[in-house]
Amino acid sequence: MTPAIEIEGLKKKYWKGKVVTTEALKGVSLSIPKGEFFALLGPNGAGKTSLISILAGLGTKTEGTVVVNGVSIDKDPDTAKSFIGLVPQEFNFSIFEKVLDIVIDQAGYYGITKAEAMPYAKEILTALGLWEKRNDQAQTLSGGMKRRLMIARALIHKPEILLLDEPTAGVDVELRRSMWEFLKDLNEKGTTILLTTHYLEEAEQLCRRVAIINHGEIIEEGSVKELLGKLHITTVLLDTVESLTEAIMQLLRGEPLVREDENTLKLTLGPGGTMNEAFRKLSSVGVHVTNVRSMGSRLEEVFIQLIEKKDAKDATA
Amino acid sequence: MKSPTFVGYKTMVRKELVRIFRIWSQTLLPPVITMSLYFVVFGGFIGSQLAPIAGYSYMQYIVPGLVMMTIITSSYMNTVSTFYFAKWQHTIDEILVSPMPSWVVIAGYVTGGVLRAFLTGFLVVIVSLLFTHLVISNIFILFAAAFLTSILFALAGIVNAIYAKSFDAISIVPNFVLTPLTYLGGVFYSISLLPPLFRHISLANPILYMVNAFRYGFLGVSDVSMVHCFAVMGGFTLVMLIWVLVLFKKGAGLKK
Repeated sequence: MTPAIEIEGLKKKYWKGKVVTTEALKGVSLSIPKGEFFALLGPNGAGKTSLISILAGLGTKTEGTVVVNGVSIDKDPDTAKSFIGLVPQEFNFSIFEKVLDIVIDQAGYYGITKAEAMPYAKEILTALGLWEKRNDQAQTLSGGMKRRLMIARALIHKPEILLLDEPTAGVDVELRRSMWEFLKDLNEKGTTILLTTHYLEEAEQLCRRVAIINHGEIIEEGSVKELLGKLHITTVLLDTVESLTEAIMQLLRGEPLVREDENTLKLTLGPGGTMNEAFRKLSSVGVHVTNVRSMGSRLEEVFIQLIEKKDAKDATA
Repeated sequence: MKSPTFVGYKTMVRKELVRIFRIWSQTLLPPVITMSLYFVVFGGFIGSQLAPIAGYSYMQYIVPGLVMMTIITSSYMNTVSTFYFAKWQHTIDEILVSPMPSWVVIAGYVTGGVLRAFLTGFLVVIVSLLFTHLVISNIFILFAAAFLTSILFALAGIVNAIYAKSFDAISIVPNFVLTPLTYLGGVFYSISLLPPLFRHISLANPILYMVNAFRYGFLGVSDVSMVHCFAVMGGFTLVMLIWVLVLFKKGAGLKK
């Protein structure tokens, strides 16, 4: 089956005159199958937004090929763009326009008349909790509502591929979770989603596959499970009977134990590590464990490890 | 079923019209006020002391030039401000991510400029009727000159907006290029009244041909031939159109 997005050797350089100021993408290759929920993770300046911009037609590329649903963005950019809906990082609608007008006008740019667009506009604005606000000027909306408005606008032409650039940045936890539910549902209905995010929890919760990008290069790609498997670290939480006083923690110095709160310790096990040693030490200082809770390996740890490893490698090169 | 391209174009034009009427005090009113003052001061107070030019009173003679000045300024200012503001606010991204071909986007912006130029031009003509009576000598030339000139300056406004990196950059061309060229383009006088050297220098000013073609449409008099007028207008419009198309193709000033 034709992939939804196929990127090969994508390079992006920013120039000032004849001097390259930034090499945002250094030959990125990615293949995202149809129906995938894919996350692109990376720190600030890693190249995530440059990649999204090129895909959406807002940026130019220096080298490489990008094919969307089998259509090259070089050969037929307009058709390639018709498959994509973009939710950018920054608000980019006119704040003086009404919510419904913003969505309906966007449909117009995709060749959909107002009469054709209205039923679906009502459906998505209702699903995103904005229908009641349809006649309000966009400037009166809260930050979370503005973000949802950008999602509604991106979906009005029913794109097969949705690109989300940091969609939940600055959104409170409750709203973030409701947006996750909305996006999960959309993906289950068949929309391919490519998401860039800082929130690793977001990638863990939503995405089947993840690519980690740093300094314009993909440094790791795979399923969330595969990436977690690469990290041979396990973290467990130990609930204790005794309060973990400063004196007890002094006695535990040198052990892979960190005080989480008054009655909880975090134990981090490296490759081949066992819990027995830690339990022996705890018994010797008179601390009794009532419960062991596994935290597993977090994607965040994989992410930090990979980025640090890559940076160290670059520094020695 | 309507063609998607037409729906996209119509959406752009409707948005432009809504904007022009929503902020009418910035888009439609100022040229009417300014031109009324020109009619009163130049046409009324000063013009009444002057001898007729080509058989018309001074007021009648300057009205076509002042209407053309309005058309030039309005079409240019409409696209330069709308386009630059869209770039600055990033609302242009709504259009750039869509599958609308570049030429449709350009046509949408240009139509907005032409509509504002015609609206303000019409209002200024109405106001001028309070001061003098007008005749129409050739309605085809009148509309063709107004249409071509407004397209030309709407395109020029897009070029300025694409290159502009600040709000200052969109006022440089109107203040330091358009205004001097318009004032020296035969709006207030016939170049036949100038000494030979200045008459020849004036012939290098493209706005002279637009003003004269428009005046010919109204009064049937012109300092230059209509063939030259339409060649200049057509040539400059074509150059500007190619320039805009190339800039869109390259994504210069539009894409990251």
